[in-house]
Parts: sequence; C-alpha cells; structure tokens
Amino acid sequence: MATRTIDVAAIRKDFPIFETGIAYLDSANTSQRPKQVTGAMLEYFEKFNSNIHRAAYRIAEEATVRYEATREKVRAFINAASTKEIVYTRGTTEAINLVAYSWGRKNIGQGDLIVLTILDHHSNIVPWQILAAERGAHIEYVDIDEKGELRQDQFAELLKRGPKLVAFNLVSNAMGTINPARDMVAAAKKAGATVLVDGAQSTPHQPVDVRALGCDFYAFSGHKMLGPTGAGILYGRRELLEAMDPFMAGGDMIKTVRIEGTTYHDLPWKFEAGTQAIAEVIGLGAAVDYLTDLGMDAVRAHELEITEYAYEAMSDVEGLTLYGPPPSRRAGVVSFSLEGIHPHDLATIADRDQVCLRAGHHCAMPLMTRLGVAATARASFYVYTQKEEVDRLVSSIKEAQRIFA
Amino acid sequence: MSAAADDQFYREYILDHYKNPRNYGRLEHPDISHEEDNPLCGDVVGMDFRLQDGVISDIRFHGRGCAISQASASLLTERLKGLSLEEAKKINKDDVLGELGIDISPARIKCALLSLKVLKVGAYGLAGDDEE
Ligand SMILES: Cc1ncc(COP(=O)(O)O)c(C=O)c1O
Repeated sequence: MATRTIDVAAIRKDFPIFETGIAYLDSANTSQRPKQVTGAMLEYFEKFNSNIHRAAYRIAEEATVRYEATREKVRAFINAASTKEIVYTRGTTEAINLVAYSWGRKNIGQGDLIVLTILDHHSNIVPWQILAAERGAHIEYVDIDEKGELRQDQFAELLKRGPKLVAFNLVSNAMGTINPARDMVAAAKKAGATVLVDGAQSTPHQPVDVRALGCDFYAFSGHKMLGPTGAGILYGRRELLEAMDPFMAGGDMIKTVRIEGTTYHDLPWKFEAGTQAIAEVIGLGAAVDYLTDLGMDAVRAHELEITEYAYEAMSDVEGLTLYGPPPSRRAGVVSFSLEGIHPHDLATIADRDQVCLRAGHHCAMPLMTRLGVAATARASFYVYTQKEEVDRLVSSIKEAQRIFA
Repeated sequence: MSAAADDQFYREYILDHYKNPRNYGRLEHPDISHEEDNPLCGDVVGMDFRLQDGVISDIRFHGRGCAISQASASLLTERLKGLSLEEAKKINKDDVLGELGIDISPARIKCALLSLKVLKVGAYGLAGDDEE
C-alpha cells in the first residue's frame, strides 16, 4: 500500500482539459475533474435523472441509492464512525456556517472566547465574527512565527483561558503550512473546547482520519478533490449533531409537519433541507473512489516531490521571495512574490503562456496583513501535476522579469 | 501567446509610466485629496488636486499596485493637468481604457479604472459605485 506511486502520464489521460495545453497550477483554488467524475454525473442525467427520497419509481430509487452511496464512501475515506455523521453541504463554507449557526447559537454566549488562527481562510473567520458580534463573545487569533508556522506557545496560553471553541485549518491555503492538528486538537479538547477543523486543503492531499484527529467537526469541499462544485461535507460527532437544531428548514429535513408543529428528520437528513445537489454528490462519490484507488499516501508523496522540485527551482530565481515553511512541512502550495512585479502582472504574463497561476490575497487578508503584503502569487499542485508545468512557471517568471527589467 | 503578445499587453509606454510615473508624489495643502483602493489585489491610488478658478493647475498621485493601475493613474494625471473640473467630469471609462490602448481582461478592469474612481469620487463626489 504505502509503496504505491503515482503514474502521472496515465492519470493525465483521465483529464481531457489537459489537451488544451494549459499548465494548471491553481488546484488549491479548485481542482480539475477526471472523466470518471463527469461520467458519473452524466450517467445520472442521462439514465436516472429524478429526485431522491420522494418517488416510488425505479429510476428515483437508483438515484437515491447512488446519492446515498457517496455517504459511505466519504465515511470510509475520512474514517468516521457512522454515515449519520456525514452531512452533505455545498462546500466548506456552508459546512462552517452550519456549525456557526446551529451549534454556535446554542453554545456560544456572552464573554465566551473563540480561538482562531491568522492562517485561517475567510470562511473560517467571518462566520465566527458574526456569531461573536451577535452573542457578545470575543475572538483571539494564534499568530505565526517567521517560518510561517503557528505559534504553539501562544496557542497554549490561549487555551489556559478556557475557550468554548477552537477552529483552524489543517492546511493553510495561502501558504501551504501543515499544522500539527492532532496535537492541537488534543490540547484544545483537554482544555474543554469544542474543535472544528477546516479540512478544505488537507482532505484532497493527504490521508485523513477524523477519529484519530479527535475533532468534533471537520469540513471540506468536493471541488478541491477532483469532484464538482456544489458538493461538500460536514463531519460532526454524532452526539453534537443530535443536539443541534436544523440549519435550513423545509422539505426533506422533516419527519412530520403539522399545523401545531414539526418533528425533524433523523441524522444526517435533518441538515439537508430542500432538493439536494444530486448529480454533484454522485460526482463527489466518484472522486472519492478515484482518490481511494490512487491511495492518499501516494498522492501526498507525489505532491511532496513536485513541491520540493518547485521549491528548489524557485529558490534559484533572483528577486523571488518564498513564504512559509520548507516542503516537508507544507502541502503542495508555493506562495511567493517578485521584487518590482505585482502578482497580478505576473499572473497576466503567465496566462499568455497558458500557465494558470493565482494572484491575490487567497481569502486570507489577515494573513496578508501580517506578512505585510497586499497579495502574493501562488502555485499549487495535485495528482496530475508534472515537473514540466513547474518549468513553464519558472519560464513565465523569467519572462516577466525580462519585461519589467 | 508568447513574447509578442506580452509586449503588446505591457506596451513600452505603459511600462514607462509604471517605472517612471509622471506627477508622482504629494501636494502641500491640496484643494482636493482623495484615495481609493481595490482590496482584491491591494492596489491603492490617491490624488491631490490644486485648483485655480475651477481649473486643475497642479496634480499629484501616489499609490502602489500593479503596472496597469499605476500606469493608468500616471496617464490620467497628464491628461487632467490644465483641464477645468467641468471638462474633467467628461472623462469616462472608455477614455481611460482607450488611453491605455490595450485589451484589458475583465479580471483587470478594476485595476485600469481605479484612478478614474479616485477622480470621480474625489473631485466631484460621485458615489464610489462600480463602473459598468
Ligand atoms: C482552507 C480553506 N477553507 C475554506 C475554503 C472555502 O471553501 P469553499 O469555497 O469550497 O466553500 C477554502 C477554499 O478556498 C480553503 O482553502
């Protein structure tokens, strides 16, 4: 198992988009999707398109079975105890908002402390800011050191103040930092906090075991892990989900509706109101199958190899500043800036060479402020990334330096 | 797709305005001073105006950001100097883009028009709505 390796050339044949000739270096933003995923969705549309959970005819049963099958695939993928703990959402953002709304409004009160980190994505900051403002709670942010890693000493100090909630990302999308999540969760639980881990950047790129991690909630998006947009997951420990009220209300999330009142559906459907993203959830199931077949250890090993290669190639470029920790402690993300060239100008020049590069604040403005930059350029990798694409990025960088010289 | 296209995009004189911005700096005791930013990419442009009988007798800009935003600001200050506020009011989006003389992708249009926004909001108090 652990010795499996990735055959990039074979993998790329599953991704028709590469026939366009692009070098795609923005997988942390959204990944590409293989034929297996789009094929599973197309099959639904063409062979058993119908609504789930509601109809008695055969194609609707087929749709329901396929839709629900994704839940077991995801459960196994992240090693949750039960499919009741796997709630479909539109993505990480909706999953975190669900927790902020349904858990937060019941459990966070006046004067309570919420601990976040400076590495967090806006979607793991803004819902808590809104909740804190509403409930009179306050937020503290764990800072980073000069290597771009969370200051564990400061985290330990904050835990002494008894936070009600600790929420952080396992992997930073802006710098790629892999946080020591297991230790952080254990320490936070010991301090009595409920813990949410934002897994948007970890689930696609490394093995995840939510029970070993020990967190209460874990959120991620299908579109960053070869699946389609519009389908993501909230994992929640069953007893917490049981005690929470619904997020959205309407059809499908009820057991009985009477004029006098309503009883809610069982887990996980209590949190899935209205007609769901059926094709997208089926597509997510196919994506999980694809990654499971590759093996997540092999995925991580491949990305580490590409990241080390990129790190080395870019360290050699004059006037280039790299942000964040060394490759062994980061995911397949390289954030950087060039002297005298704004990241947007670099991205525009790279685009002329069909190199897709992200430039901006990466939805992490507090981190950008902390680094003292308005924006960075970011290259990010995945199972299909080959070294040749990194070479093309380095050429684009040199081209930009020639133009701006 | 290659060098020729780049050079077309980053035309010599845009790069020249970026590297050697005209009317760069601040005015002491300006009659009007206004700054706008584009949080998405961190571009900032501010302008100071000196007015004499309703005419822009002197102007300076400051800021930081990408080549498009800064060159566009530099070009605009050249155009504004000596114009009356009434005349300045007539400058629109097409004038600014025309002056840059390059194809601007939708993603970069905000960079190109940031300086016009400074003029509009600062000099005649139009709400900072996004130009279509
Ligand atoms: C770390 C992290 N958290 C949350 C999100 C939000 O994910 P989504 O936009 O799919 O809801 C992202 C995606 O950019 C992310 O990288």
